[in-house]
Amino acid sequence: MRTLLRIASVSYALAIYGFIFLPVAVLVLFSLQSTAFPIPPFNGPSLRWFEAVLGDTRLTSALVNSVVVALLSSLAAVVFGFLAAWGFARFTLPGSALLRALITLPLMVSYLIIGMGLLVLFNAAGLPKSLLAAGIGHVVINMPLCFAIAYSQMGDHQINIERAARDLGAPEWKVLALITVPVMAPALFAGFFLSMTFSWDEFVIAFLLTRFETTLPVEIWNLLRSGLNPKTNAVGSLVFAISIMLVVLFEVLLFRGRRK
Amino acid sequence: MSRPLVEVRSVSHRFGAHTALAGIAMTVEAGSYTVLLGPSGSGKTTLLSILGGFLVPSEGKVFIRGEDCTALPPARRPTTTVFQDYALFPHMTVGGNVGFGMRMQGVGSAARSERARAVLGLVGLADSFDKKPHQLSGGQRQRVALARALVVEPAVLLLDEPLGALDLKLRRQMQDELKAIQRRVGTAFVHVTHDQEEAMALADHCVVMNEGRIEDEGPPERVYARPATRFSASFMGESTMLPAEVTASTDRAINVRTSLGDFSIPCDGARTSPVGLAIRPEHLCLGSGRSGLPLGRAKVQDVVFQGSFKRVLAVSRVDPDICFVARVPPGMPVASDEMVEVSCRPEDVILLER
Repeated sequence: MRTLLRIASVSYALAIYGFIFLPVAVLVLFSLQSTAFPIPPFNGPSLRWFEAVLGDTRLTSALVNSVVVALLSSLAAVVFGFLAAWGFARFTLPGSALLRALITLPLMVSYLIIGMGLLVLFNAAGLPKSLLAAGIGHVVINMPLCFAIAYSQMGDHQINIERAARDLGAPEWKVLALITVPVMAPALFAGFFLSMTFSWDEFVIAFLLTRFETTLPVEIWNLLRSGLNPKTNAVGSLVFAISIMLVVLFEVLLFRGRRK
Repeated sequence: MSRPLVEVRSVSHRFGAHTALAGIAMTVEAGSYTVLLGPSGSGKTTLLSILGGFLVPSEGKVFIRGEDCTALPPARRPTTTVFQDYALFPHMTVGGNVGFGMRMQGVGSAARSERARAVLGLVGLADSFDKKPHQLSGGQRQRVALARALVVEPAVLLLDEPLGALDLKLRRQMQDELKAIQRRVGTAFVHVTHDQEEAMALADHCVVMNEGRIEDEGPPERVYARPATRFSASFMGESTMLPAEVTASTDRAINVRTSLGDFSIPCDGARTSPVGLAIRPEHLCLGSGRSGLPLGRAKVQDVVFQGSFKRVLAVSRVDPDICFVARVPPGMPVASDEMVEVSCRPEDVILLER
């Protein structure tokens, strides 16, 4: 009976992880295909499709665009999110709870709605479709996240630490620069890497807000329109590997910060 | 030069509808060790925050070195605070923590670390300069906080229940060290606590607070021996309390009527009319054949052995509302439900004005 239960639970675990990871595993496997179609049987392994990706200037420039957009939009999201969290945590504001809820609301709204809203707004404001527009869109979706992470880590214990700095003669900007930011560094880095991950993967907003120069997910979609090809698998594998790296960095930083 | 170092003039503070401080007036002399003693909610921490500049009082003024500091922010007043949770900067070394105040004053890095090392030596942590705060024990962190606040040479050092987070043994040890450090540096310390033993051990000047008011202040010996009010008699040590009514008074003695009889209590000079009597436990005599003020018979309710003495609780047979608290030698045979004769010397009776 006990062995039966054990077998059942192990197979359940295998099933659930298979369900989650099998598509990715297949994607990665057929990116190593040596023939022209990413379908069984598997021939390989071969790195020819990775070479093809890295030789494709449209894909590589999209990759660079993605990195730039992710870096800059995440940086902006962290700065704005942190400053907002600091304001909410350290000052008594009228309607603080309502305003905090409003700031985090974009987390609940679909990217499609946000993207459409920005498209209409940028049209009216005369800002053309561009990487800048997509970057602003990514700040909109990631700032609430950075705010939530920073706000949750701004404990009461830090209030006294900041007071001590003020007491010893530090002006407000030095309190922020020398005490608050370094003490919160793990949370800020975590917010930054999580934002990077989301911006890196983001398709809908980038699709709606870019035209000639675009980000990698949009370029992959363009590639997919011409049918399945191990090249799409290879570029997908690259995107996946980078995402995994960012998530691992996020986990390491946030949980190391919490343990202290 | 006769101005006090710190002068608090009729300070009141309200948090919304709650009055935390009402008409506080006090002074702190240069080089003194002042202890603000009171139960939680007595306003002692609020008063300390006002001294440190973290709160601006609703009314009244604070003068430090003769200068009006009432609305001056903490960074710009000559006070530093040792926080209850130490509030050390976790990302800096001990040396970085201690040097922070000097860094804000623009002192160069070499002079800073030299001075930080000297002050760390003073608190007995000379070899911890490069450690991080989380590598230190509670008592050591406490000392770093003290060194960090002392190194900028404040006019007044404010300590907010600095020993509250330490265990009893360490607390008594740190208490002695605090006093020694204060004597050595000569800075005026203002220390908040709810521990009356700590207050008696440390204070040159003890301020007993209750419900936002100063109940009593003076040298701890005086506050203990002659508390002015019922509250300070019960908070600063234990006492037996007797409500009393004045029947006659002369320059040398006051005649009072209590539920245990009429007494004549000696007093020096013209006192205002007392409303009650208090007797310290060590001044009550149990057993018959004693001279002095007879306080009637009482039934022993509880005897607690406390090592160097026995604490006896006894209820008066004359007035069951009166409960005697006495301290007797550990060898004295006394047991629960026994009847004892209670007395004391008239000069040991404390007259309470409120």
